[in-house]
Amino acid sequence: MNLANLHLLLPEIFVLSMACVILLVDAYWRKCLHGIAYQLSQATLVGALLFTAFISVKEPVIALSGTFVWDSMAKVLKLFIYVITFTVFLYSRQYLIDRNLFKGEFFVLGLFAMAGMMVMVSAHHFLTLYLGLELLSLSLYAMVAMHRDSAQASEAAMKYFVLGALASGMLLYGMSIIYGLTGSLDLTTIAGVIAENKIEPMLLKFGLVFILIGLAFKLGAVPFHMWLPDVYQGAPTAVTLFISSAPKLAAFAMLMRLLVEGLGSLNVDWQGMLLFLSVLSMALGNIVAIAQTNVKRMLAYSTISHVGFLLLGMLTAKEAGYAAAMFYTMVYTLMSLGAFGLLLLLSHAGFEAENLNDFKGLNRRQPWYALIMMIVVLSMAGVPPMLGFWAKWSVLSQVVAGGFMWLAVLAVLFSVIGAFYYLRIIKLMYFDAPTDNAPVLKPSADIHWALTLNGMVILVLGVLPESLMTVCRVALS
Amino acid sequence: MFAELPLLSLLIWLPILGGIWVLMVNPENQSTLRTAALAVSLVTFVLSLPLFFGFDITTAAMQFSELKPWIPMFGINYHLGVDGISMPLIILTSFITIIVVLAAWQVIQDRPAHYLAAFLIMEGLMNGVFAALDGMLFYLLWEAMLIPMFIIIGVWGGPRRVYAAVKFFLYTFLGSVLMLVALLYLYSHTHNFSILDFHTVPLTMEAQMWIFVAFLLAFAVKVPMWPVHTWLPDAHVEAPTGGSVILAAIMLKMGTYGFLRFSLPIAPDASHAMDGFMIALSLIAIVYISFVALIQSDMKKLVAYSSISHMGFVTLGFFIPFMIVQNTGATDAAMMGIEGAMVQMISHGFISGAMFLAIGVLYDRLHSRDIATYGGVGHVMPKFALFAVFFAMANAGLPGTSGFVGEFMVILSSFAANFWIAFFAAVTLIVGAAYTLWMIKRVVFGEITPQKQSTVGQLVDMNPRETLIMVSLAAMVLLFGLWPAPLLDVMHVTVENLVNHLLQSKAL
Repeated sequence: MNLANLHLLLPEIFVLSMACVILLVDAYWRKCLHGIAYQLSQATLVGALLFTAFISVKEPVIALSGTFVWDSMAKVLKLFIYVITFTVFLYSRQYLIDRNLFKGEFFVLGLFAMAGMMVMVSAHHFLTLYLGLELLSLSLYAMVAMHRDSAQASEAAMKYFVLGALASGMLLYGMSIIYGLTGSLDLTTIAGVIAENKIEPMLLKFGLVFILIGLAFKLGAVPFHMWLPDVYQGAPTAVTLFISSAPKLAAFAMLMRLLVEGLGSLNVDWQGMLLFLSVLSMALGNIVAIAQTNVKRMLAYSTISHVGFLLLGMLTAKEAGYAAAMFYTMVYTLMSLGAFGLLLLLSHAGFEAENLNDFKGLNRRQPWYALIMMIVVLSMAGVPPMLGFWAKWSVLSQVVAGGFMWLAVLAVLFSVIGAFYYLRIIKLMYFDAPTDNAPVLKPSADIHWALTLNGMVILVLGVLPESLMTVCRVALS
Repeated sequence: MFAELPLLSLLIWLPILGGIWVLMVNPENQSTLRTAALAVSLVTFVLSLPLFFGFDITTAAMQFSELKPWIPMFGINYHLGVDGISMPLIILTSFITIIVVLAAWQVIQDRPAHYLAAFLIMEGLMNGVFAALDGMLFYLLWEAMLIPMFIIIGVWGGPRRVYAAVKFFLYTFLGSVLMLVALLYLYSHTHNFSILDFHTVPLTMEAQMWIFVAFLLAFAVKVPMWPVHTWLPDAHVEAPTGGSVILAAIMLKMGTYGFLRFSLPIAPDASHAMDGFMIALSLIAIVYISFVALIQSDMKKLVAYSSISHMGFVTLGFFIPFMIVQNTGATDAAMMGIEGAMVQMISHGFISGAMFLAIGVLYDRLHSRDIATYGGVGHVMPKFALFAVFFAMANAGLPGTSGFVGEFMVILSSFAANFWIAFFAAVTLIVGAAYTLWMIKRVVFGEITPQKQSTVGQLVDMNPRETLIMVSLAAMVLLFGLWPAPLLDVMHVTVENLVNHLLQSKAL
């Protein structure tokens, strides 16, 4: 085994070791050092950020006998994952304290999940990819079930686990077929063998279908979306925040690695399948969201529709399209952070803010948070000048450039339908009077400023989106 | 001295920043708030005047241009400029915003800071829409404008405000997203978003048709043309007075402006092919909607329908030129049609704004928009009666008011196209006079019945602030009614250029 490039794995090694350290520290000193796990976790994320930022490699490097790749996409996505996870931990703190869940397990599991994402992002081999995916998924199952006494959370965890296992099985089956056909698990070799055109295409398609089903399950694309609303609703909001943000970046990386790097020459086949998934997701997500009264469930359906948009970028099968999809994913995580962050803020001891009516009259009570929520929601609806508009725009521009005019028209029509339920939140916040005795909340300064920054980033990058677009374009070239 | 200033940027950003500043003033201190908002709108108006006085009327090229890269990766630029079409609209916007700020003076007691800030931010965005020469910049501002208007209708509106606000937003959003697809399609041909490049890029007839339809949906909703007009009466009725004024005076003009800036020059062949359809829709708006207006019992609804009908003249003027040139071979009458339509846009801005303000004056006193509530208002409010009758006459197109000039020019040019088109348009002037004057008769004239003594009988006449608003609007209506030359001079060369452009096929 060639260990020359071991330094490329420093961030992963660091995160995993720190997670183990935190587990031990928390086990022994939980009583005397209150909140140590939280502080150490945040320090770990900062450390990982520095490690990753200082590794500068010009050309993509494939290390560890072809199982691990370091390229600019991996670097950008990892950096973004650290920032998102950091914010997730920050937003969750008060919520967890109020519910007596502020324990080491949340942060340790969070770090393990993140390590899984990092492995997925850098995977260059079916096995590494699967390893990262399982590390991520198993941690998330446990996190959903963390609220032991909640029947709803347990039900969500069970559903998540069973369906997640099924999806992993599908993925693994697809991988084994491809392995059987190409004789390799390494993505470069697989791509090379397929490009030689010596394999019966029908068999390859057969394997591809299973891989795609696995991916669609993990992403939550229709018709493999059933777990998503239940998990979003049932999980503690802090966990929902986590599930809905950083793992989407890893899922995007998984799409890129498997479909583009590994099975790139089958693009004609997976384009059609993605098209099907994408249109169904946009349609079902946007239409069913209208009927929801629970915000978490509504945002789950909104996620499904965003996944549809993300897939639109992928199915153009061009580099600019992938860049647009990556941009979309990043923007989506920022918006999701903002929306669930505010939901966490509105929840307080003994009260879960999860119904749409909890937003009633927010503008009268707390105009600043109402403004931030409005920015986030308009961004999700794709109304300029918010960042979400440019996300939709960059995907649509690639779809139009690819000649799929009808698809672009369909996509914008579904986003008009989607605008309706986003507007409803604004209506509740701005047009309705507050309910009886909703208290005025005073969150701690760091959460207040983080949310403010979150909202402002969406607005300011919406006016000047070029920097983030360039990052995505450069990362994929 | 003004030559060096980036005037158009100032006209966009000053009101937006001013609006944010107003939001930060202590909300308890209402007089400071209002003075600050008034100051911002006045300064913006003063800054818009050099556009008129420094305007070179001998060229159709874009003036006061500004060009900075914005998102160079996709060929998107921060490109501003005005020609004879957009310059008057920017001045109109700046003028009307002062009126709206004044009209809100004592009326809006609920969160006045937010109200005024929303209007100032909207002013900046609307100026931007008229000045934008980059497709994406235009689209961004066009959509962003929906947000403050949505809030204005929804927060300060009437009892059915939520329904009206959501309907307004979704209707316009639906129209605009298809325009976005059309812009992206054009981008795939020109590889940048410059509107001026869109004008010259050759397109097949089929592509032009699709583009025309996409733009038509966006602009027809905004104008609004029959049959996509139904959001307007709802929005007008529920919106607070200021919101109705901005809607009628400026937002509707964005739709017609869009036809001139996008549909006609980008897809001239499709416009030619579709002109019969467009003229038919315009005539339906003019004739049918006039009769709808006749039976309204709500004053705001009546004026809203009258707006739709008057905007029908504008779209008629825009799409009549092809037929005229076919019949006569000359472009004079064609130019007159477009110019008349543009005069009508400006004039309707003043008149409809004034009508809504007059209704607002009554509404502030009795909190009713129902015609039946009133009767004999002239006895107790003589000053109000004077202005109400004057603006009603202007709305009906009385010679000497600006309402006459535009409609007359459009009808006159229609004669060169087809007698029946002109006939139907002209006959409607009578219906227009009927519904407006009938409303005035029922509201202002007659005796105050004994049942209404306690309501109408106690009305107080307009205060100096309200009078000032009415006088300034009346002055504009008279000015352009008696002496439209400055306005026509400004647009003449631009329109000439546009007509010549329209007559050259750009189909592949």
